[in-house]
Amino acid sequence: MSATAARERQPSPAPAPGGPPGGRANLMQRFGAGSLGSLQVIVALIVIWTVFTIANDRFLTSTNLVNLALQIAGIGMISVGVVMVLLLGEIDLSVGIVSGLCAAIMAVLNVQHGWDPYLAIVAGVAAGAAIGIFQGTVVVAFGIPSFVVTLAGLIGWQGALLWVLGETGTVNLTDPVITGLAGTFYRGTTAWVLGAIVVVLFALASFNARRRRLKAGVPAATPLIVALRVLGVAIVTFVVVAVLTDDRGVPLAILILTGAVVLFDYIVRRTRFGRHVLAVGGNEEAARRAGIHVRRVRVAVFMIAGAMAACGGILLASRLLAVNQGSGGSDLLLLAIAGPVIAGTSLFGGRGTVWSALLGALVIGSISNGMDLLAFPSSTKNMVTGAVLLAAVVVDATARSRRRQLGRV
Amino acid sequence: MTATATATSTPLLELRGVSKSFGAVQALSEVDFDVHAGEVVGLVGDNGAGKSTLVKVMSGIHLPDAGRYLFDGRERRVSGPNDPAGFGVATVYQDLALCDNLDVVANLFIGREEISGGPARLIRELDEPAMEKQAAELLKTFSINIPSLRAEVGMMSGGQRQSIAIARSLVGDARVVLLDEPTAALGVAQTAQVLALVRRLREQGLGVVVISHNLADVFEVCDRIFVMRLGRKAGVYDAAGSTPEEIVAAITGGRGTVRTQAAAARDAAADGEEAAG
Repeated sequence: MSATAARERQPSPAPAPGGPPGGRANLMQRFGAGSLGSLQVIVALIVIWTVFTIANDRFLTSTNLVNLALQIAGIGMISVGVVMVLLLGEIDLSVGIVSGLCAAIMAVLNVQHGWDPYLAIVAGVAAGAAIGIFQGTVVVAFGIPSFVVTLAGLIGWQGALLWVLGETGTVNLTDPVITGLAGTFYRGTTAWVLGAIVVVLFALASFNARRRRLKAGVPAATPLIVALRVLGVAIVTFVVVAVLTDDRGVPLAILILTGAVVLFDYIVRRTRFGRHVLAVGGNEEAARRAGIHVRRVRVAVFMIAGAMAACGGILLASRLLAVNQGSGGSDLLLLAIAGPVIAGTSLFGGRGTVWSALLGALVIGSISNGMDLLAFPSSTKNMVTGAVLLAAVVVDATARSRRRQLGRV
Repeated sequence: MTATATATSTPLLELRGVSKSFGAVQALSEVDFDVHAGEVVGLVGDNGAGKSTLVKVMSGIHLPDAGRYLFDGRERRVSGPNDPAGFGVATVYQDLALCDNLDVVANLFIGREEISGGPARLIRELDEPAMEKQAAELLKTFSINIPSLRAEVGMMSGGQRQSIAIARSLVGDARVVLLDEPTAALGVAQTAQVLALVRRLREQGLGVVVISHNLADVFEVCDRIFVMRLGRKAGVYDAAGSTPEEIVAAITGGRGTVRTQAAAARDAAADGEEAAG
């Protein structure tokens, strides 16, 4: 096409770095540069699962995998918001405590004030969004690094959490709608129908995208490739359904997390807002000159981070059946940020996918779950998780410096 | 001495009597400038001669204290960079302002993305096929050689990046393109690539203004050379009918002294090398 026509006329075409796209050299280079992301994480996940399965044959059972799914749902939701903030090249240190605070708001409204459970959930999420808007506005209005603003938030919202919970310090959740978020499982026909719907929707979307590309006259994947992709998604979906229904069933919580990941992945890759987030994360000055409302994008992303933190906090509370003074504390924040980073989302902005929230939560959750099965103490667990995070950050930093050596940042 | 301004048609972009001062510094005084459709004008001058200020007046970043701004023969009110961009003046800055993490198509349409029709419009879904198609056509029209439209811009060579930055300025129906040092920091082959692109812009009937320190490049690609010195127009030369020595003399003010032309040119060339080095 245009490339070949140009090559004939160019006296000295610059060689494409790394050979033709899609070639093996290119694939290896991208792998080395850490830009394959998800594939590396899946390989790491397979290694982790293999090791734990060899060490303890209960690891890869349906019962344990349902537990794992429940364990990662809440933290994964928080990580979805963290990914958005990281893509912008910012950080939000308040997401952990905001998740606890918003769950507390929901719990108090529902239990002590008798609010309708759905209204209480909406209020909790809205509180998270409002906190995000506030912090984002402070960041853009005063030009203070988000690190410092959200660090202040981390301390301040901790106080708000204690104040909301009042003297008792604990609110127990009994409403079936709220406890049902983490306590509902789909099995039998329902689970299989749900799985089939997922596969059919994916197939429709894939073939529709192909049809639109052909209509516009741009290269599109062959039907075989599209069919193979659909087949891949079908296999993964039905294997997950089969494994989970063998025990309690597919948890509603993991459906919510997957839904959120798919939604935000679509927003990031396929909408103008997402494109603007990536542009600001990649080169803020370029984005500004191109007429993007950089401040508005920033505030919107912090709002999403706050709202997703609230969603995660509500899922965690539902699983615990209570909100207490420790909600949103401990290592929740650190693991929610570590997950996406382990799964390849760059701390330097502009590079990463929303799927890293789910994959990262799976890696961290698997390590934690596997070590619990092997009865390792928390000390070992934390040290191993820390080592994995460190390795991931080193990979990210070397990829960045390698790009810089090529003359680009 | 061939100081000619061949105004046979209406200039596409014309400045008349433009002055601009920053505090006590008079950056531009009474400068007249014009560029026609299908013409490449080189804008040269020593550091601090006012080249950048003049280009920033053209792109609307600086508002002149006095003078008139005409586009397509009509006087225009310019109150910011959006106005020239709106009637078709695009600027490619030296730092390119590309997003290295995005692919070629995304960079070409940054800030003016195509949106899908139908219900997807509500959530501002990107119309990727439409953008990719336009991008392919644009790159084909200007014979820009890019390995893949979906490749990350950060992985590309300097010449390719410069070409993409220029191509981006063409997406919004630009009629005049202002290029700030397009060949600085490029190797020989890549410079040739970019200069070839500048020629194709001219063939497509665009008006092009090239700021450059490199007289070899200027002579290779420009039709006219506009020399600035100390904030004033020091002369306009036909590239075909003048020599680098004359241009250097005009840049350094060697003209009009008691010294001979040859001596002036020799000194100026030495100065020029010093300045360049």
